[in-house]
Formats: sequence, C-alpha cells, structure tokens
Amino acid sequence: MVDFLVEPLSFGFMQRGLVASVLVAITCGTLGSFVVLKRLAFIGDALSHASFGGVALAFVLGANVYLGAFVFALATALGIGALSRRGRVSADTAIGVLFSGTFALGIVLVSTVDNYTTDLFGYLFGDVLSITARDLLTITASGVVVLALVAAFYRQLLFVAFDPMVAAASGIPARALEYLLLTLLGVTIVTAIQAVGIVLVVALLVTPSATAYLLTRQFHHMILASMGLGSLSALLGIYLSYYLDVASGASIILVATVLFFVAFVSRTLGERLRGKVSHTT
Amino acid sequence: MAQPALEIRDLGVAYGRRPALVGATFSVPRGVMLGVVGPNGSGKSTLLKAVLGLVSAERGEVRILGRKVDGRTRRLVGYVPQREDVDWNFPVRAFDVVMMGRVPSMKFLRRPTTRDKGLVWKSLETVGMAEFAQKPIGEFSGGQQQRIFLARALAQEAEVLLLDEPVSGVDAPSQDEILNLLRGLQERGKSVVVTTHDLSSVAERFELALLLNGRVVAFGPPGEVFTPELLTETYGSNLMILKAGDRTVAIEDGHTDHRG
Repeated sequence: MVDFLVEPLSFGFMQRGLVASVLVAITCGTLGSFVVLKRLAFIGDALSHASFGGVALAFVLGANVYLGAFVFALATALGIGALSRRGRVSADTAIGVLFSGTFALGIVLVSTVDNYTTDLFGYLFGDVLSITARDLLTITASGVVVLALVAAFYRQLLFVAFDPMVAAASGIPARALEYLLLTLLGVTIVTAIQAVGIVLVVALLVTPSATAYLLTRQFHHMILASMGLGSLSALLGIYLSYYLDVASGASIILVATVLFFVAFVSRTLGERLRGKVSHTT
Repeated sequence: MAQPALEIRDLGVAYGRRPALVGATFSVPRGVMLGVVGPNGSGKSTLLKAVLGLVSAERGEVRILGRKVDGRTRRLVGYVPQREDVDWNFPVRAFDVVMMGRVPSMKFLRRPTTRDKGLVWKSLETVGMAEFAQKPIGEFSGGQQQRIFLARALAQEAEVLLLDEPVSGVDAPSQDEILNLLRGLQERGKSVVVTTHDLSSVAERFELALLLNGRVVAFGPPGEVFTPELLTETYGSNLMILKAGDRTVAIEDGHTDHRG
C-alpha cells in the first residue's frame, strides 16, 4: 500500500503535478463557493473558453501564455458587462456571443501553426503532469494572491454575495467588490487551465463546491469543505491517471463528480429516512 | 434633534424613458411611523431605493437627519428589502446575517469586537430571535426572516428604518408582531418608513401616511388623507371602497383588506 502511494512520487513530474493540482483545487474551492451560490457557472465556463484565444495568441507571438489567457478572460468579463448593460442584449446572450467568438479565434490561430497543436491541446484538455517548475511558481503566486484578497475582504464579499442591495445601501462598495470577484475568478481560471484544461475548468470550480454545499450549513465551512474535496479529487485523480494511464485532468474531474453523487444520494436518502422517522413518531 | 429624519425635495426617478417617480416632496419628522401606500407600480419601492441611492435620481434632493447622503449617513439608515430580493438558500445563520449589519463600520481586516458581538445579540433579543441565533436563515418562516433582517438594521445602529413591504406574504399573527415591534422601536426614538398594501394597519397604527401613484397624491395623518376621493385618485379603479353602516372597507385589486 505504501509503495502504491510512494512509487509515483519518485518522479519529479508527479511531485509537481500533485502539488500544482492541490494548489489549484484549494484556490478553485474558495472562488467556487461564490460561483455556486451566485450562479456564476456559465460565466466561469465562458471566461475559461475565452482565455483560449489569449493562450493561442500569446503562443503565436511567443509571449507569456498565462498573461495572454488572463487578458482575454478579463476583457471578456468586462465585455459581457458592457454589452448587457445597454439593455438590448441579455447577459447570457452576451456571454454566448463573446466566449464562442474568442474561443473560435483561438482555434483559427492554432490551425495556422499546425506543428504546435499538440502543445496547445494540452491547454484545452489539461496536462498537469507536464507542469514545469516555472508553471508551479505562477500557480503558487496567483493562488496566494487570490486567497489573500478573499481573506482580506471576506466579510464584505459575503455580505455582497448574500444581499447585494442592502450591502450597497449600507455603504459597502458592492459594484467594486463584484468586479474584484470577477477578476479573481479570471486569475483562478487561468491558473487552473494547466491542471484540468479549458474545457473542464468550470467543473473544478463548481463540482467540489456543489458537493460542499450539500454537506455544510455555514459559508466558511462550505469553502473549507470544497477546498478539501477538490484536493482529494486532485490527489485521487492523479494517482488514477498514473496507474490506469488515462488523462489526468479528466480523471480529477471524474473523481470530483463521483464524490458529488455520493454526497447527493446519501443526503437524499438521509432526508427520506428522517422524514420516515418523524412520520412514525 | 430638530432636523427631520427624512427630507425629500422634488425627487424624480425614471427607468429608461419610463418615469417611476415624479416630483416627490415631503418631510418625515423624527420618531414617527410613516406608511407609504399605493397600487403596484406606483413607485413605493423606487422611493425607498432612491432614498438609499440604489437607483439614481434624475433630479431632486434627499437629506437624512439633515445630512446629504454619503457613506457615513448611509449607516444611519437601515433597509429591509422585499423577501423576493434575497437568496434564502445561502448557508448563513441568523447570527451571521445580523453581524452583516456591523460590516460597514468594521475597519479593514478587523475581526468583530466584543462591542460588535454585543450589538448583534442585543438586536437579536430586541426582535425576539436570540434563541435561534445558530439556525440557518433558510429554515425560518417569512415573518421570522423579516425580524432577523430588522435586527441587522438595528445592529447597524440605524436611526431611520426603511422597510419594503415587511408584512406582505406573512401570516396575520406575524404581521401583528412585526408592527408591534416597529411601534416599540419608534417609542425608542427610531423613525420608521414602511411601504405596504395594508391600509387598515396604516390607519390604525401610523402617524403619517403617504399616498403614492407615480407622484405624491397626499401626505398627512391617515385620518385626514384616507378619504374616498384621495384613495380613488391614488388607486383609480383598482380600489373599491364599500360603505357598510359606519364602517368603510377598502378592497385593493389582488390585496384584500377587510379590517378597516
């Protein structure tokens, strides 16, 4: 059993992959709790797809891929706000238009540099085991920044998330905090792309937090639980991918999904059982 | 003390091109209860939101306790929104919700002090919810949720309380409890503004009534402004006024009210 756990750790890429995916899971768990409760899943998915345009452009230009992804994600977030505030286009339509447009731009750019497509497909589907020491540094730094900012503004963010109108009425800068949350979401998505890939980022944001929501009754417990569930999914998923030789990003998400259904079914059964008990007494 | 709780001059709000409130002017003295009544879409909620700066006024002036509305004055105003405006599935306990009232005055990065916690407990006791402090907000009845939100406004140390339809969709005993609670707060010097469809409560319990229909139709003691003429002007055909002996019964479209 010990060998089973220790053997993969003799490889540097496995060590880096494990550390990186746990860090990403912790950051995603924090932001994901806001995403689930504020119903931002669609916007999260949009930002990750939009960032592919930035990844491809930076790749072609030889610039920093993370920076490109972040700029595109942020521009898309602001673009959604600008388009939908005019009134004629609803927010989800604006999201649909912008994220598919920027994603398509990414695909077009990729098709012009066909010898690099395999590398770029790493961004689409994630390849946590190809993470370099530099990637790990970027993930750590941005994770620390996101967690520090959420901790610093925790009470304000919670107030605005729960009751934005009363928060604004009592003098809390609600609009600024909503933009802060979107920016942090952009940073988190960009760092998570390497671990699970653009297509699956939203699952890492939403699934562990959705499971945590089923299991907890207080917001900070929900955040801690989704960090834990995300980390557990990351560890189990990577070991699975090592021993079964399957894609690492996808197996992380599959573990998270299984955990969600286990929590969902046991909660539903628990409620049924309690319902029966209270009927008979 | 001479400054009125709320002073509103020529306040106008429009949503796009559609005017929601036109030229509202009135002044609420301190320590009174004002009931704002009018048909659906008459601008009751808009009036409260414009006072709080949640919708931007096209024109006019709002003064709270004699001061212009800025970050500091906002803390003196406690707002209880309509029940539909809040996500009740949020994983927060009653205590956490009331503690939110302390957030605007908390310094950056500071944790709640003993004073903050004391104010939260005192507010929960005032509304009779202290024993349920640890219960999730989603597990309360409508009336209890209103009382917890009221406690949040009290924890904020608000002097002026604005409540948007606090008794709508709440059962009759809870309505009574909430109105008694507001009366008790008023006796302690708070000024209370309530939007409502319940004309008889306003007639029985409030010092002042504001009849609203996009503009101020009338403002004054309920006994003076609840006349058939002014009520008809406010509600148009949406209000039926029946006279049965010496009792007057006002029936609003969709909101039956048969105690008056």
